[in-house]
This record gives sequence, C-alpha cells and structure tokens, in this order.
Amino acid sequence: MKKFSPVLATVVIGGFSLLPFLWFILTSWKTANEITAIPPQIIPSFHWDAYRAALQEHGLLKYMWNSAIVAGATMLISVAIASLAAYALARFKQRWLGVYLMLLLGISMFPQIAIAGPVWRILNYLGWLNTYQGIIAAYISLSLPFAIWVLTTFFKELPYEIEEAALIDGCTQLQALLKVVLPLAAPGLFTAAILVFIHAWNEFFFALIILTYPAVQTLPVGIALFPGEYTMPWGEIAAASAIATIPLIFLTLLFQRRIVQGLSAGAVKG
Amino acid sequence: MSRDGRSALLFVLPSLVLVIIFSLYPVIESFRLSLYRLILTLPWLGQKFVGWENYGDLFTDPVALRSLVTTVVFVAVTASFEVALGLGMALVLNAAFRGRGLLRALVLIPWAVPTVVSSQMWRFIFNDRYGLFNYFLFGEQTYRYLAPLADPELALMSIMVADIWKTSSFAALIILAGLQTIPGELYEAAGVDGASTWQMFRHITLPLLRPALLLALLFRTIDAFRVFDLVFVMTQGGPADATNVLQFYGYKKSFAEGMIGYGSTISVVVFLLAVIFSVFYIRLLGARVLERTGRA
Repeated sequence: MKKFSPVLATVVIGGFSLLPFLWFILTSWKTANEITAIPPQIIPSFHWDAYRAALQEHGLLKYMWNSAIVAGATMLISVAIASLAAYALARFKQRWLGVYLMLLLGISMFPQIAIAGPVWRILNYLGWLNTYQGIIAAYISLSLPFAIWVLTTFFKELPYEIEEAALIDGCTQLQALLKVVLPLAAPGLFTAAILVFIHAWNEFFFALIILTYPAVQTLPVGIALFPGEYTMPWGEIAAASAIATIPLIFLTLLFQRRIVQGLSAGAVKG
Repeated sequence: MSRDGRSALLFVLPSLVLVIIFSLYPVIESFRLSLYRLILTLPWLGQKFVGWENYGDLFTDPVALRSLVTTVVFVAVTASFEVALGLGMALVLNAAFRGRGLLRALVLIPWAVPTVVSSQMWRFIFNDRYGLFNYFLFGEQTYRYLAPLADPELALMSIMVADIWKTSSFAALIILAGLQTIPGELYEAAGVDGASTWQMFRHITLPLLRPALLLALLFRTIDAFRVFDLVFVMTQGGPADATNVLQFYGYKKSFAEGMIGYGSTISVVVFLLAVIFSVFYIRLLGARVLERTGRA
C-alpha cells in the first residue's frame, strides 16, 4: 500500500481518537454559560472552579485514593500469583497444564453477569462487601487469566540455559524462578503489571455491585453516579474525568510499545 | 503423580484456588439458583425449588426477548464497524511515514480512557440542548435539535457510536500485529510482476491477514456481548428498553429488583451464549497454543 497521504491519514485518525476526548477535557475549564453556549465556545476561559468543586464537594481525592489502593494491590498480588502459575505453564511438560491454560482462556471470556450474583453472595458471607479486600479479591481473580496468559508467553521466550545451569547447581525451581527467570522477564512483568493496573483502575461493573458505600467507592463508580438529576454539572464531571484519566494517558504514552506488545502477545481481553 | 507433576501443581495452586472460588463455583451456583424462586424483596416466600419454571418465564418474557435482539444488533454492528475501521487504521499505522510513532500513541487514547469516562463524554456530546452532535447536524437551528439518548430510534445508535470510538483502536492493534508478520518480499515480488496496489491488497494482504481479522472480530464480539458501562451511564437501558442489553437486564433483575432466581436464569443463558462464541475462539487461538505446550 503506497499511494496515500500520511498527513491526511494522521489528521483523520488522530482527530478521531483525540478530538472527542479533548473537547470533553476543555469543558472542565469552562463556566456554565460557556458549556451551554450555541454556537459552542471552543476555547475555555480556564476557570478552575470545576476542579475545586470536584475535589472539595464531591470528594474526588477519596475516590482516587480508593482506586489507587485497589488497582495497586490488585496489580502486585495478581502479578505475583500469575508469575508462579506462568512459570509452571511455560516450563513443565504436564498434559493437564495445557488444559488449565484453555480453562483460563475460557474464563477470561465469561460475561461478568454470569458470576456476579454468587460472587456478591460469597463476599457477603465473608463480610467483605464494601471493603478493599473484597473488591481486590474479586479483581485478582478476574485479572489472573489475562496476567497468566501474558506472562506465560513472555516466560516461554526466555532462554532455558541459564536457568538450567542454576537448577544443576542445586537451585530449587522456586529459587530458579525468583533469581533467574523473574529478573530476566522484568519487561514482561512490567507489561503485565501495567495492563492489570489499567484494567483494575477502569473496572466498573463489580465495583458498582460490591462497593455501595461512598467511603470505599472507586473513581469509575464516583464518576458514573455523579449527582445531578435535573441539571448535569458537566464542568465538574469533566474535571473528575480528566483527573481519573490523565494518569492513564501518561502511562499509555510512556509505555506505548510495551502495552501494544502485551495486548497483541497475550490479547485475551479488551 | 510424578515429582514434576507435584511441583507444577504447587506453582499453579494459588491461581487455581482463586479461579475456582471466584469463577467456576459462581457459574455452578448461578445455575443452581436459576432453579429456585428467590426474591429478596419478598423474603417470606423463602427459597422455593421451581425446576425449569424460570426458564419457561424467560423465553416468554417480551422484555428478555427484546433484550436479546438488542444485544445481537449491538454486537453485530459494533464488531463489524470496529474491525473495518481497525483494518483501515492498521494499514495506515503499518506504513512508513514521519509521525507514525505519534499516531500509534494517539490511537491508544480511546483505549486508555475508562469506559465510564467515555460514556459521560458521549452523553455530553449527544446532549439535546447544547451537544456537539446537534450543532454539527443543525448548526444554530436549535428548534430542530434531537434528543438522541431519549429517542428509542437513536439511543442504541448513540451507544454504538460510543463503543466504536472506544474500541476500534484495540481491533487495530490486533490487526497491526498480523500485518507485521507478512513478509515484505511478497510485495516486492508482486511489484516486479506489475501488480497494482489494489491487487496486492486483495491477493496478498487480505488472505494472509485472515487469522488476525478473525481474531479481532472474535475479541470484539465477546467483549461487545458484555456491554454494560455505556448503557448504565448513558441510558439506564431506556428509553422504553431500547438499549436494555442482556448484561444490563440481568443486573437490573438481580441487583436492583432482588429477583435472584430469575436474574440467575438470565446469567445462565448469557453464559451459554458466551460459551458458544468462546468455543469458536478457543478453537482458533487454542490450536496455536497446543502446538507449543510445554517447553517448545
């Protein structure tokens, strides 16, 4: 494919990807009159009132704190558990391990509603509704199939020789994993960690049913349930959205290559 | 069990336990509950075994049948648009030009935005009094402005637009990975033989890209099937159930109305439909995995 105009393609695809979101972010710096103006006012007057209101009146900092704890803990625990499983899947020659990988692939495609009721009942039974450990436990299980899949792909690509030498020198398999495989697979671990973090940061369905107290709710729940029945406080919603999204945009732009690699190597999930 | 088998089991065990508790057991429990009448708002009825009665009710429930149709339309339209747009984007992103790195980063933005945020964003754009959508269609003739999210004819379309914006780039990434595996020599040879750009696309790119296109289509199908966030934020399933997709209907029955038995029945049916897709998907992707099971 040679005859095409790069400039035109960049403008069309870049505009499609960026402009709707940029429009929403610009809204966060507008006054109420600028938001409802016809014809639309593109350049805002850069008021920060919406950010102040979102942070002070709507407790956005608390939602961010909850999201950071939940996504952070999910990322660490999930990658640790997934590394163990992925090591076995990449290195041991047991027939049932192939079956297990298939099972994980199948589970990653479950619609959330198929398991939501019983998951809610389990957490209720444990007294873990409206707790960090409740939502984190659910998120770890949800992210494991994806994390295991990505890490298995990465571990398989590592040369076996160094590890073999370590095993011959008397290392246990666990030591070989911790001291040889994980340092070598650091880029893969990092990729899996970012993707699990982004997924947990953005997840809404389980957060909605498990976290019903505002004190423990995460950012997506806070933004979805933003109060305002008759007049929508669009400036404040846009400000909250900007605060929730900017960290992700930075992560994405910074680690673009790794994210693309992880998604296409082990793409189990959107 | 061999020594290797035992150590493998130990490594896999933590993940296996969590997967059993939070994924496998819940599916079985959903099935069990679907055979009961259990309504949280009517606790005095208790938990009564009713056999397949809930399933009978489901297949004669006009809202459920409409919901199934709505979901199928949503999945078919969004998945095909996303793969078509994704193919276009991937072809551009695969070409060599100045600024390609920047463009590859830009297309990831919709993917990185939380779905809840993009839902609020599109709700704002589709606003009936000052939304950009109306301004593009009717300019300053505000008397002609539409209320897409309150109009049964337009609400589903609006949600589909929001989904296509958010996930086309994911399809593009999968297809791009496929494009990168096509050897450049094929195009050079075809060029020597005097093939046109279209002929190269038609006879080299498309056939070799088939697996990647199919994979992107399946990913998007399975993911579109569980659409929820967009519907929750933009329309709450309305107006008049026009956007009441299966996952939202199941949520409403189980969690808003407390109809655990009936809600579980919806869960089971949604699960079975997803299994059908998944079988296709596992056969497609699984074959590749089985080829390299163990240490290849």
